[in-house]
Amino acid sequence: MIVSAIAFYVFSAIAVAAGFMVIASRNPVHSVLFLILTFFNAAALFVLMGAEFIALILVIVYVGAVAVLFLFVVMMLDIDFVELRQGFLQYLPIGGLVGIILLIELFLVGAAWVISPEAAHVVAAPVPAFIDHVTNTRALGRVLYTQYMYLFQSAGLILLVAMVGAIVLTLRHRPDIKRQVIWKQVGRSRSEGVEYKDVKPGQGL
Amino acid sequence: MENAVSTLPAFAPALPEIVMAAGSMLLLMYGVFRKTSSTAEVSWGAVLLFIVTAVVIVEQGDMRAVTFGGMFVVDPFTHFVKLLILLAAAASVIMSVTFIRREGMDRFEFPVLISLAALGMLMMVSANSLIALYLGIELQSLSIYVIAAFNRDSAKSSEAGLKYFVLGALSSGLLLYGCSLVYGFTGSIEFETIARLIGREPSSIGLIFGLVFILAAFAFKVSAVPFHMWTPDVYEGAPTPVTAFIIGAPKVAAMALIIRVLFTAFPTVSAEWKQVVVFVSIASMVLGAFAAIGQTNIKRLMAYSTIGHMGFALVGIAAGTSEGIRGVLIYLAIYVVMNAGVFCCILAMRRQGTQVESISDLAGLSRTQPMVAFIFAMLMFSLAGIPPLAGFFAKFYVFMAAVKAGLYALAVIGVLSSVVGAFYYLRIVKIMYFDEAAAPFERPMPGELTVVLGLSGLFTLFFFVYPAPLIMAAQTAAAALVP
Repeated sequence: MIVSAIAFYVFSAIAVAAGFMVIASRNPVHSVLFLILTFFNAAALFVLMGAEFIALILVIVYVGAVAVLFLFVVMMLDIDFVELRQGFLQYLPIGGLVGIILLIELFLVGAAWVISPEAAHVVAAPVPAFIDHVTNTRALGRVLYTQYMYLFQSAGLILLVAMVGAIVLTLRHRPDIKRQVIWKQVGRSRSEGVEYKDVKPGQGL
Repeated sequence: MENAVSTLPAFAPALPEIVMAAGSMLLLMYGVFRKTSSTAEVSWGAVLLFIVTAVVIVEQGDMRAVTFGGMFVVDPFTHFVKLLILLAAAASVIMSVTFIRREGMDRFEFPVLISLAALGMLMMVSANSLIALYLGIELQSLSIYVIAAFNRDSAKSSEAGLKYFVLGALSSGLLLYGCSLVYGFTGSIEFETIARLIGREPSSIGLIFGLVFILAAFAFKVSAVPFHMWTPDVYEGAPTPVTAFIIGAPKVAAMALIIRVLFTAFPTVSAEWKQVVVFVSIASMVLGAFAAIGQTNIKRLMAYSTIGHMGFALVGIAAGTSEGIRGVLIYLAIYVVMNAGVFCCILAMRRQGTQVESISDLAGLSRTQPMVAFIFAMLMFSLAGIPPLAGFFAKFYVFMAAVKAGLYALAVIGVLSSVVGAFYYLRIVKIMYFDEAAAPFERPMPGELTVVLGLSGLFTLFFFVYPAPLIMAAQTAAAALVP
């Protein structure tokens, strides 16, 4: 138990510190790197809670895709973050106040959910007891792909429509763009691809 | 517990939807591999898909079945409405074939999006929980936003799509807010469970709030007053076959959804929702009748006509009886067929290679195309509700239901506003028959338009001879919800 307690405090301390560094560091690339560190530690916290599936998804999706994408954006777009940060002190009082109120509200909601005895009864998809040997990949799959399969598939269709719509409303085939046509490349014979020129010495083409 | 959750739900009740989804994706793949030249083939493929789905629905029979953990329901009511939606969707795809080729917007996505929208409507009709309802509405609306803006080089079409999208998103917000209130105050998203829980304890004010929000979002979808503002602009701006589509099938689906939600989830608070429905109904009938008078564009005129018709259909819901639902279903069926005919005529309004839309362009049609003018005039008489045409019976059944339910004031206002509405329908007839002839439209009319127009005309003219099948089907459908 003491090992997991130590692990918890180490991971959460690093996560909080790295989270602070995301907004504190001057170099945006450093910010993104700290963000990756935060994600990793959050994933470790999930593992401690026994939610190994979400932990791995967090690493794969957020670290593997989203953070790398951020890194690309930061490197490609030359945004002057120092300029963006001007007026930080000016907005600090109001921003801080809003932040503190939000924090208190989050605590209240969380506390009401954890403490209230009724809350446990209205959970639509309760976490299966560990005795059943249900891994949480399986538990999630059961909720998403069996219990709510109809809704999951409908949501998929809606995304398909969004994709088709985006393409149909914006894609324009411009005739002046050169595209690779593989059968044309493959079908070219030597006679049309090679031209024989008789070059006189010392003159060039 | 382990087995109860992990066993697969029954798929058979959702077979029509599965066929539609798979078929739409197949058409999409076909179109992608064959490129733009395949538009006509994909269109006819979509019509075939609608027919196959209709056959599957008929084969399913009239049994009531609930599946996917109570989220999906089929019964005689869904049976009737789904067939009607497929009919309306098929008619509008057929009507679009020539138009989209002529206007240079023949991309294969058009019929695919219509079939996905129709799939969304089938899902709306079968929805038995708040989430399933929302997802069905979104699938339907998102496809329609895209096809409303389909003519992307036209500023008007883009405006129509954008306006529809923004206001539709607003109505989705209202719907979700209402749903979360209802869920919060009852603790369930399934319609039957909600009804049971409301029946057990006195209705709270929060629940009524939720119900009113949900009704407001539905009023958006059926373009009922006071949520009708988008209708004329979108109907005018969207390409004409799209208008022909969104004036028919989505209205049927949304109306069916209103009936389903009110009669299965909220039957115990009917006193509360009746006030809302009566108000919306009166406001729509009156606005539809008066605002249409000043219109000069025929698509705008049809938009106001739709607002009025939705008001008439809501009269049946306000009655709150099985007879009222039967009236609404008959109304919707006749409404869809009449509008298909009217839009065939509007699509045929074409002069020197461009589409014309103003009412004055119809002047003297009786001399240049007497047959088309005759059917158009008859459809106008029918929309106005003049016996013995089909439109009269549509109004007759809803008003009878309202009178039997004791809503005399509502019925009287309905009849009066339909008299006012008759003015602008008859004005079109007058322009066609008695005004100085304008230049003739392009002839001949495309074959598929002639067929749809002819069928619609025959139905409207001869409905009174043999109305029994439709009335019996609507009766069975209505009895499934309110015995």
